[in-house]
Amino acid sequence: MTNKQQQDNSSVITKLLAAVVIMFAFGFALVPLYEKFCELTGFNGRTENTAAMTIEGMVIDTSRTITVEFTTRTDRGAPWSFRPEVQSITMHPGELKQVNFIVENHTNQDRMAQALPSVSPGEASLYLNKTECFCFEQQPLAAKETAIMPMRFYLDPDLPERIHRLTLSYVMFDITNQMKDAPKIADVPIRGKP
Amino acid sequence: MSTAVAESKDAHDVHQHNKPTGIKRWLFTTNHKDIGTLYLWFSFLMFLIGGSFAMVIRLELFQPGMQIIEPHFFNQMTTMHGVVMVFGAVMPAFVGLANWMIPLMIGAPDMALPRMNNWSFWILPVAFIIMLSSMFMPGGGPAFGWTFYAPLSTTYSADSTALFVFSMHIMGMSSIMGAINVIVTIVNMRAPGMNYMKMPMFVWTWLITAFLLIAVMPVLAGVVTMVLTDKFFGTSFFSAAGGGDPVLFQHLFWFFGHPEVYIMILPSFGIISAIIPTFARKPLFGYSSMVYATASIAGLSFLVWAHHMFTTGMPTFALLFFMYMTMLIAVPTGVKVFNWITTMWRGSMTFEVPMLFAIAFVVLFTIGGLSGIMLGVTPVDYQYHDTYFVIAHFHYVLVTGAVFSIMAAAYYWVPKWSGVMFDEGLGKLHFWCSLISVNILFFPMHFVGLAGMPRRYPDYALQFADLNAIISVGGFLFGLSQLIFLVVMVKCAMKKGEPAPAKPWEGAEGLEWTVPSPAPYHTFDTPPEVK
Repeated sequence: MTNKQQQDNSSVITKLLAAVVIMFAFGFALVPLYEKFCELTGFNGRTENTAAMTIEGMVIDTSRTITVEFTTRTDRGAPWSFRPEVQSITMHPGELKQVNFIVENHTNQDRMAQALPSVSPGEASLYLNKTECFCFEQQPLAAKETAIMPMRFYLDPDLPERIHRLTLSYVMFDITNQMKDAPKIADVPIRGKP
Repeated sequence: MSTAVAESKDAHDVHQHNKPTGIKRWLFTTNHKDIGTLYLWFSFLMFLIGGSFAMVIRLELFQPGMQIIEPHFFNQMTTMHGVVMVFGAVMPAFVGLANWMIPLMIGAPDMALPRMNNWSFWILPVAFIIMLSSMFMPGGGPAFGWTFYAPLSTTYSADSTALFVFSMHIMGMSSIMGAINVIVTIVNMRAPGMNYMKMPMFVWTWLITAFLLIAVMPVLAGVVTMVLTDKFFGTSFFSAAGGGDPVLFQHLFWFFGHPEVYIMILPSFGIISAIIPTFARKPLFGYSSMVYATASIAGLSFLVWAHHMFTTGMPTFALLFFMYMTMLIAVPTGVKVFNWITTMWRGSMTFEVPMLFAIAFVVLFTIGGLSGIMLGVTPVDYQYHDTYFVIAHFHYVLVTGAVFSIMAAAYYWVPKWSGVMFDEGLGKLHFWCSLISVNILFFPMHFVGLAGMPRRYPDYALQFADLNAIISVGGFLFGLSQLIFLVVMVKCAMKKGEPAPAKPWEGAEGLEWTVPSPAPYHTFDTPPEVK
């Protein structure tokens, strides 16, 4: 093997190893890229995790009526029942509505719950704004407690014309075991008792 | 630098005059032919092991109801069948062929990085010993399918997942090292006069495959690492409860996975492009269009991954994008198929065993490609998704595609490797038994799939019983037929057969046929001149 060839080899090898490292990093970079992409497009149906402001003087578009359905699910093994007070409501874009969700802890232990929202069709998630939601906070549930959790939201009047019906789904996860320093019930202001 | 040169000279001399014998020869070899042989036998062993797992699957599915094994063991069998066949049988077989043939085809004395070559082979058996032995751990081995979707591989998997991840890392390293070696060899070690557009198609397809490997194996390494940390170290890449997303797993996996399926078929295209011109006694039709078609298939493979995920609830725009991109791949693939047919057109064809396998490849791979187009149509994919139709599709492209091409390659080049002709009668018997049984095995899967039989279950509804019995019989016959292949190849390895001339096939072209059969331990020490 000549000197020249060895130099050629090491330059190609260096480039290829760099490509390997870059692609490994790219695999991890895809995680935030994917999240950002979904946030911008609403592709995965996830709604904003922070409270939206009600816009002063927002016009209620009474010419359109949208049906919003609610579905709930508990994560496999999560020890509670979880349901919306109503299965669906009809509303006009721009109108503020409140829906209550009821969760019952069936165990004799204090647990910690976290609800995750998802909207279908996904692009509607960009137009569904919550001013208040139990899903913004981790929710402590005392032993045998039944809690009523409110969610207040409006639909942006810019909601695309073709959407007449959308579904808001919540999954309630049991995150007790993942919690080290659980917030107290008193820290969560918005909840009511039945 | 000068010391390095001196060292390599020394090593060279040691090889020339003082070749180690016995097990040491194989453990420490840096010779591309030895390493190629190791890869090929290793992949044959894995083919038999992965095949025996398939036999267990077909035995259980011979009749409806739970017969022989438990569902959890069934899941381990489907997982290990997939992993062993993809990473243990098909990929190493291609690397073995690359090791043997690329230096001979481009007139190089060896691979560019012989010691790394030794490593990239010898870590493979380690990886598979780890993975296969994990089945004996408490809780069993991996049981989440070769695609190891989260949360099956995170929340619901056994502790042996750590070993699965570790062995996947090792396999990935082996593939990456192999790919680097192939690229450096092809870029730097071509004989004088052999420019890129004179390289044999097999070399071209492998060059492109190697770039695919470099691009996606690191992503696979990243995904398995995320599975590992999700399962054992409390991260939440794929867990919705912790802010992650299980669908993200599928996006990452298939970003690797779709190029991966082309990694398993592009070298086949190269093999078939070598064999058909030989036995049609005509040069390959449309050589440069073949090169461009291969490159376009490789490029498009990065833009179609979500066609594995049509039912995950993507927006219509994304569905359409991935559907059209998938359809687009049919164009360069069609170019290839038509070029092969045009090569055969009015050729003076003879039907030796490699040619039989090559023709079967063209026909059956095309059937697999067409069912792929059906699956690529989003609205109908909702019906076919996760049914036996998918199984039929990817076994037509992988078994009668990739595996048939590997067998064709083995028959085509074994006279060069061993110096003896294979037993033509047994070879033909192997071909016809394989051809008939493989269609009994996989063709009815289209029908049960269209009728709605889902994949991955150890049991099925009664109306699928008859076809499943037929499929299982086909499976057993196909499995047994491969023992004929084993006999043929063992006979060649033991040098039992007629001595082969340097060029055993009348119409063959290429530098590999200019060296004697069997190819001497060292070839092209002085590079040949290519006109």
